[in-house]
Amino acid sequence: MSDDVAIVGIGMHEFGRHEGIEGIDQGVVAVRRALVDAGLQWNDIEFAFGGSQAAGSADTMVAKLGLTGLQFINVANGCATGGSALFSAYNSIKSGMFDVGMAVGFDKHERGAFRVDLKENGLEEWYGASGLALTTQFFGMKINRYMHDYDISETTLAAVANKASRNGAMNPMAWRRNELSIEDVSTSRMVSYPLTQYMFCSPAEGAVSLVLCRADRARELTETPVFLRAAVVRSRRFGSFEVMAPHLAVERGDGPTIDAAKAAFEMAGIGPDDIDLAQLQDTEVGAEIMHMAENGFCEHGDQEHMIARGETEIGGRFPVNTDGGCLANGEPVGASGLRQVYENVVQLRGDAGVRQVRGDPRVAYTHVYGSPGISGVTILSR
Amino acid sequence: MPIDIPITDGLFTGPPDAPRLLGSRCTACGNHMFPVQDGCSRCSGASTETVELGRRGTLWTWTVQSYPPKAPPFAGNVDPATFEPYGVGYVELDGKLLVESRLTLADPDQLHIGMELEMVIDPLYINDDGDQVVTFAFGPVGASPEPSRA
Repeated sequence: MSDDVAIVGIGMHEFGRHEGIEGIDQGVVAVRRALVDAGLQWNDIEFAFGGSQAAGSADTMVAKLGLTGLQFINVANGCATGGSALFSAYNSIKSGMFDVGMAVGFDKHERGAFRVDLKENGLEEWYGASGLALTTQFFGMKINRYMHDYDISETTLAAVANKASRNGAMNPMAWRRNELSIEDVSTSRMVSYPLTQYMFCSPAEGAVSLVLCRADRARELTETPVFLRAAVVRSRRFGSFEVMAPHLAVERGDGPTIDAAKAAFEMAGIGPDDIDLAQLQDTEVGAEIMHMAENGFCEHGDQEHMIARGETEIGGRFPVNTDGGCLANGEPVGASGLRQVYENVVQLRGDAGVRQVRGDPRVAYTHVYGSPGISGVTILSR
Repeated sequence: MPIDIPITDGLFTGPPDAPRLLGSRCTACGNHMFPVQDGCSRCSGASTETVELGRRGTLWTWTVQSYPPKAPPFAGNVDPATFEPYGVGYVELDGKLLVESRLTLADPDQLHIGMELEMVIDPLYINDDGDQVVTFAFGPVGASPEPSRA
């Protein structure tokens, strides 16, 4: 594996709802915490990529962080905004252009389901007016078909939310920290059949910042550098089944997650069996289940017995969403993909406390997915 | 009797009891798309022609919209007291494409993958002029051609 770029600082603003605190100010907090973690000052940062979906332009935070004249580029790429900022930062260092930089993502959404901006998603007014522009519908339809094709049970859906709640309860940065039983999940309000209220994550607030630097300088800054082995973003191809699609092709093709995973493994020179833990997009429970297979960690349908045997628990063979995922943290779109990377850095440093994955994990994986059919994957290792 | 106004022009055509969706067919590779669009998502060809899509199809997957969507963009009834859940699904038409659509059924016990459906005109809301604005939906084959008015 190449080791060109290292993560030497991480910072997060707590996820959840924060009355009276602007999204961008949560971003500023995350940046300052990442700088402290890296032992750097803001004027050490040579460049930054950052973005939010609903909370303003990231580059305006220089007014509070200090006007140092750095190259600051705003990123807007839907649910892969954070992943795209990281991808861009990674390549800025890998290219030799810069030595030290930052990726930052933050957000603050209104309550309730995401209000879809039709124009931004390339959709016409009739689509929203007719009541079709809801991401929740896509997730309900995708897992409904998947359960039909691969015999996934409703109990397995509820088990994923139960695990997320238990992991979230151990995470001081998580929004939802109360444990939900399988019965709590199954009997909560039906939102988009077959998915109930507690099977979905909610739009939320929060921020994450990462300090990256040239790998050969990483040990000057930290004793525990984590190396970025792959960072990939892929969009949809013909035949894939994606969110916000007025029509689909009859023939099924690989989705962006399958493409991004393959490219990331190739870039890192390793395979799914080498991954010790993973953070997988869990907008709702079905997403986590389907993304286990789409990312290459099992065959379609194997999730049923893997989850029943507890293999994706923190103490299991292949821990998934150790920080509680989107289900426990909520989804501030701009920050969500970077939260996954943050958790993996915490785990690879061995700093995760009560939710630490045992066995001295060395390689960790993140996967973010979102509208309009975009996936971002990273692979990190010590 | 108020007249029915389509939610937008060029989305569907035909008489109210036998409506059809309008789509695009790529003149190079024959790929079908909905709604009408320029450019082919399969072969990148730039030339398409407008075609009427089949009225009947089979349900490929589905869900139920159980709560009022946010308005805007939704134009239907969002009053929590009187909101009526509606089904949403992808319907395969003639082996050519899957179209996302409202469904006239909203009861999970009545919906199943593979069931036959046909397109109907679906009342959505009354506009400021008192006219009925309609969109499209798919429902069981042979069901009432006169759905209840919103």
